[in-house]
Amino acid sequence: MLAYSASELWSIFIMQGFAGLSLFSVLLLMALGLAIIFGQMGVVNLAHGEFMALGAYVVYLCSTLVQNHAPALQPYYFLVAIAIAFVAAALLGLLVEWSLIRYLYRRPLDTLLATWGLSLVLQQAFRSTFGAREVTPTLPDWLMGSFKPTESIDIPINGVFVMALTLVLTGAVWLFLYRSRAGLHMRATVQNRAMSGAIGINTGLVDRLAFSLGCGIAGVAGAAFTTIGSTGPDSGSRYIVDTFLVVVFGGTASLLGTIASAFGIAQGQSVCEFFLQGTMGKVAVLLGIVVILMIRPQGLFASKVRS
Amino acid sequence: MFKRFFGGRSGLTNLALLAILLFAVLPLSLDIFRLNLVGKYLTYAFVALGLVVLWGKGGVLSLGQGVFFGLGGYCMAMFLKLEASDPISTKIQSTPGIPDFMDWNQLKALPAFWVPFKSLPFSLLAVVVVPSVVAFIVGLAMFKRRVGGVYFAIITQALALILSLGIDGNQGVTGGRNGITDLRTLWGWDIRAQSSQYILYFVTCFLLLATIVGLQWLLSGRMGKTLGAIRDREDRVRFSGYDVDLFKVSAFVLAAGIAGVGGALFVLQVGFISPSLVGIVPSIEMVIFAAVGGRHSLLGAVYGTLIVNTGKSLFSETFPQLWLFAMGGLFIAVVVLFPNGLAGIWDLARRQGWSKFVRAKAGTAAADAVGLASTLSANPAKEGKS
Repeated sequence: MLAYSASELWSIFIMQGFAGLSLFSVLLLMALGLAIIFGQMGVVNLAHGEFMALGAYVVYLCSTLVQNHAPALQPYYFLVAIAIAFVAAALLGLLVEWSLIRYLYRRPLDTLLATWGLSLVLQQAFRSTFGAREVTPTLPDWLMGSFKPTESIDIPINGVFVMALTLVLTGAVWLFLYRSRAGLHMRATVQNRAMSGAIGINTGLVDRLAFSLGCGIAGVAGAAFTTIGSTGPDSGSRYIVDTFLVVVFGGTASLLGTIASAFGIAQGQSVCEFFLQGTMGKVAVLLGIVVILMIRPQGLFASKVRS
Repeated sequence: MFKRFFGGRSGLTNLALLAILLFAVLPLSLDIFRLNLVGKYLTYAFVALGLVVLWGKGGVLSLGQGVFFGLGGYCMAMFLKLEASDPISTKIQSTPGIPDFMDWNQLKALPAFWVPFKSLPFSLLAVVVVPSVVAFIVGLAMFKRRVGGVYFAIITQALALILSLGIDGNQGVTGGRNGITDLRTLWGWDIRAQSSQYILYFVTCFLLLATIVGLQWLLSGRMGKTLGAIRDREDRVRFSGYDVDLFKVSAFVLAAGIAGVGGALFVLQVGFISPSLVGIVPSIEMVIFAAVGGRHSLLGAVYGTLIVNTGKSLFSETFPQLWLFAMGGLFIAVVVLFPNGLAGIWDLARRQGWSKFVRAKAGTAAADAVGLASTLSANPAKEGKS
């Protein structure tokens, strides 16, 4: 047994807790877009990770452009790049919904297969455009470094930034879903499509906008991830299983469930990673989720019966 | 009886065509390197056959079939590895008689779960039994709780990730990311010699055809009919008093056992197994093979596997850039335009007569798409059965 002094233990506790919170915001960011696309609309979009990668590549492009043409704007470009990432991913989402998804709403398993095909195409498109090597944008200085309240506690600023962004985005999604007319239409369509159509909601348009919005949020998530890691053509596929598990574990059609499940999974994983080595922490958490889902298939917060 | 095993005269003709292709045309026209590749593809076809039963017939999509392929493969590889690590050929190790990767990881003795794999009969049994038992436990837990459709797909996909990460993370007892390599002999018989590669290829073909005939028999009987009914109207079958869950579990176990056989044959022909054959990507690629060949057709699944893999190796040799575009595009096209895959196109062509079909082919494809689009836009309700 290694001997730690009480203050060292306290610092480890704080930093480990922060690592868990940081992972929580990453998982929640990934899952927010999918909570709309899969949780609300029931579309299994396996290309969701590629929309995140698109957002990350947009930030990389912006950073390169700014560095080459307007280095003076370097401290400010990042916020604009996030907005562009949202628009780019949302536009691609709109295109995909129009050309592919709308034919497959009645065949959920086929949506899953077709979007997997789409993810292969997008991955290769990234590889052909940006190369197979992982890229990192040059981040503005204010995102670098860390914050040191005491001698032994070390909190990275980019982690704090991702958390803040997660908070803002979650709030925005909540406002949209529960406090806006478009969100009301969306929830109505999810609950009863035929009746929503009968009272004059254009359900086809709702589907298209919802899908596009989910993809846009994925783009923002990808943009945020550039602050904590590099981006490669297959980065997206690394996140996809975790993302789906977060949404399924939380219970579909429940924003609160998604938040709770991202929190639980993140804390579980960072604790397991502290005690078990390497990938086994993740294996333990995934196994735990699968076992819990076998016992409680409707997820943590169920609001409707699964077909 | 004839009809049930071979599917009538046209079924027998199609089966004979496949047998001629596998037993005569390919061995005579390809060199041993290429033939060995075909043999490797045919081991994936076992998984695709299982998917035809589970997904095509039963409507249950598993994205974790790589788990069962891998379990079968690992069971076989453990036996072969133990045989290759006898105390004499491993005497330079600090602990002779255990597999080399264990020695590198400072293990001093064989882990207990490896010990039974010293016996060939046990290992051969394990190739089928281990995947089947895992499938039984997972299937029973999920189907009893009415987990189906996309949720089943996502959870099985998570299983594939869990197993591949788990193997990767326990290098000392599993060989880690490199897998189990350097396999030489099966009961003293050198599996790397050219003659053994020919023999193993023919054994694979024979087992594959036998599996097809067996499944044909099974699917043309009560099991197949009930599975089809469950796929189309699960509630109605349940209300008619059938134990729906039991049928689904059986189909899942069957698919897993067949996939395990495929995995074992893979190891024998290719000489290694690694977590890269277990994870998410290979699992979903095997679904692609079945989908391209036609998810309802046993023979279609075999052709789909052969065609996609041949395409993959041709493309990646000449235009590696284009391969993923082609594969992704093909897959989207098959799913959207030809949900019944190549077998569906073949049937359509035979019913309409070839010459007429060739003229009308482009037209029907377009008409199908347009018809689909118009039915959907006319009634865009999406609460379909999953």
